[in-house]
Amino acid sequence: MSLLLKLLAQRIALGLLLLFLVSILIFAGTIILPGDVAQQILGQSATPEALANLRRDLGLNDPPLQRYFSWLGGLLQGDLGTSLTSGKDIAESIGKRLGNTLFLAFWAAIISVPLAILLGLIAVRYRERWPDKLISAVTLASISVPEFLIAYVAIFFVSVRLRWAPSVTTINDGMSLGEKLHTISLPISVLTLVVLAHMMRMTRAAILNVMQSAYIETAELKGLRMFTIIWKHAFPNSIAPVVNVVMLNLAYLVVGVVVIEVVFTYPGMGQFLVDHVSKRDIPVVQACGLIFAAVYIGLNMVADIVSIVANPRLRHPK
Amino acid sequence: MNEELKFLSRQVALGAITRRKFLGRAGALGVTAAAANTMLAGAVHAEGPQKGGTLRIGLQGGSTTDSLDPATAANTTAVNLIRMWGEPLVELTDDGGLQGKVAESFEASADATTWTFTIRKGITFSNGQEVTAADAAAMLDRHAGEESKSGALGLLRDIKNVSTNGRDVVIELNNGNADLPYLMSDYHLIVQPNGGKDAPDAAIGTGPYIMKEVDMGVRFVAEKNPNYWGDIGHVETIEMLVINDNTARVAALQSGQVDIIDRVPPRTAGLVARAPGITVASTAGPGHYVFIAHVNTAPFDNPDLMMALKYGINRQEMVDKILFGYGSVGNDSPINAAYPMYSEMEQREYDPEKAAEYFKKSGHEGPVLLRTSDNSFPGAPDAAALFQQSLKAAGIELEIKREPNDGYWSEVWNNKPFCTSYWGGRSTQDQMFTTAYLSTADWNDTRYKSESFDKLLIAARAELDQDKRKAMYADMGMMVRNESGLICPMFNDFVDAYTDKIGGWVEGVAGFSLMNGYAAQRMWVTG
Repeated sequence: MSLLLKLLAQRIALGLLLLFLVSILIFAGTIILPGDVAQQILGQSATPEALANLRRDLGLNDPPLQRYFSWLGGLLQGDLGTSLTSGKDIAESIGKRLGNTLFLAFWAAIISVPLAILLGLIAVRYRERWPDKLISAVTLASISVPEFLIAYVAIFFVSVRLRWAPSVTTINDGMSLGEKLHTISLPISVLTLVVLAHMMRMTRAAILNVMQSAYIETAELKGLRMFTIIWKHAFPNSIAPVVNVVMLNLAYLVVGVVVIEVVFTYPGMGQFLVDHVSKRDIPVVQACGLIFAAVYIGLNMVADIVSIVANPRLRHPK
Repeated sequence: MNEELKFLSRQVALGAITRRKFLGRAGALGVTAAAANTMLAGAVHAEGPQKGGTLRIGLQGGSTTDSLDPATAANTTAVNLIRMWGEPLVELTDDGGLQGKVAESFEASADATTWTFTIRKGITFSNGQEVTAADAAAMLDRHAGEESKSGALGLLRDIKNVSTNGRDVVIELNNGNADLPYLMSDYHLIVQPNGGKDAPDAAIGTGPYIMKEVDMGVRFVAEKNPNYWGDIGHVETIEMLVINDNTARVAALQSGQVDIIDRVPPRTAGLVARAPGITVASTAGPGHYVFIAHVNTAPFDNPDLMMALKYGINRQEMVDKILFGYGSVGNDSPINAAYPMYSEMEQREYDPEKAAEYFKKSGHEGPVLLRTSDNSFPGAPDAAALFQQSLKAAGIELEIKREPNDGYWSEVWNNKPFCTSYWGGRSTQDQMFTTAYLSTADWNDTRYKSESFDKLLIAARAELDQDKRKAMYADMGMMVRNESGLICPMFNDFVDAYTDKIGGWVEGVAGFSLMNGYAAQRMWVTG
């Protein structure tokens, strides 16, 4: 166990270092982009005086290095700073958006992960027969079509024609959980379609790989039912690659859903980030970038740890 | 048409029978759904506004980064939002004239250098405080002061002094300006307690609604201000949703999630209008799409080349293919019939032979570089391609460079010598010319510098004789048309759409889209 703790500590330290590098990259990126926050705020209606006044107020006249370090100093004390454009506390405004994003990702994951694994198991059970081929065809087709197209088709039929679910999924605090779930039913469905194929294919491939082993043959010869063999003997041994893919897809559900958020007008982190990038609101972009990076690094770390725990051989590297 | 139908439509307006039933019976009488809907709208209008209910509006343009401070308002969502809670001193009437809002009246001295606005008696802010002349004066001070970040700063440069006298606000100008009241209708110049100096983004004003929920770039809820002085504000609650994606906005209207939307894409407007229960309303305005060249930079400093380009553009084709008919042809002047003192000019037509002739005379060789981007106006890259084709017929080669949307307004527009862009227009000729064609204007995006034009502009500003003034503006329009770097192929209409659940739309309201941003306050829920 102490080995595991050591590993954990190593991973976390490495993760923090990565986050630090990410913050430098994001800062440099936003500096390189043309135009500054004052120009973006005032847009076409910027006059030189208004620009100068705004720049001075926002502290944009300080050299970039100084701005970066004062931001970093604040961050180390747990202060994300205030938004340049709205003047609001960043932690507070991100909190709500992050909550919305996690809410959507959570419900999409609750549906898509078990569904993908179940479909993967079924595909193995009936491999090379019509259920396998049907599942593969449908999931591969849904991952090959751009997500916004699936979304628009869903909006047209489900919202406009049938009026079963809303196309604008702006949730707010006044809604009950049931209302919220009804509101986001379309984006959940579309996201499920988008992430399903990847996880399902990996489950199928990993289990098929294990199915070649001698102990599966033994189980077969003992007369166990095919599904029992897959579920009890093959699946636990193929968990590592599956968890890796599941985690990647979970990360996607959190950080990669900008397009879905825009199409369904969902008030999550994606739209929030895009708005602030286009306004060059560096502190907010930094905070969003760090959160996204942390989600990625964190979920990948979980995947690694689960693989190691699930596979005793990895616990004792040579 | 038919007594029975008239009777039925009145019954719906009174709430005696449902709309669905009406449409059914109208169908039985052999009336098409569209005609029945129009009729119903007429009846609903005739019955007058109904009070109460919730009106839901879907808007383009809002961003999480917006602020409620009217000084930094810069998109349609912000304008519609300001109309909820705040009011300027004066506002445009439907036909482009002026009416009092916070100010009940205004008058000028004989030379138009001193203007007096009288604050409406006994009106209060939504926090209960009475509105005074000092609040209005402080507002002008905030927007025009040296510390100002206001989008209206450019309009207010000529103000010398602002003082108060009882309920009067007295504005003294350096030079006479007959249009000053028009400037005061600008949506940035909202009267707030102490001019908004203490709490610029508190959303406290004299408007017909009070903001209840504010989630920037996402959703807003406003409720009727019980103490509002005026006669607009019919519904009890207004819910505003920011829906930036065009398809999502149209789908929200079609699926009944919102009652009214702005900016229906012209490409699909025809399809949207065919849906039952939806009306697409197109309003002509001063907004125009432009190709702008810097006439102080080679090769555009060559007047013959400029003329070649002006004759080499097919304006009607652009109106047909870029605006899909929702607009009108331009005439290389920023002024159209939406302006109060417009005079007609001879229409410049597409003439490849003349263009070729001017091109030859100019002695220019090689291609002309045009920069464009998607956000410079909707369909700009396509318009550039059309321009390229129409110039080709005249033997002129146009090279198109596609620029990223991001940073277009800071890096390309008003910076590079030839690009695509748009103007939203202004409420008066003086404002439009002063903003973009005066030699010293910050946004002189064609670098047009003409002493005689400037003199005429200043003189027209103080001219109180309407006929003389109109003649002066006609001359200026001609100068811009023939001498400046402006190639204006089209004026774009505002295209909005609403469902038959709401009534009270007024056609052709001057100003911005959605009835100058007052649709939510002036319309009402019918069923």
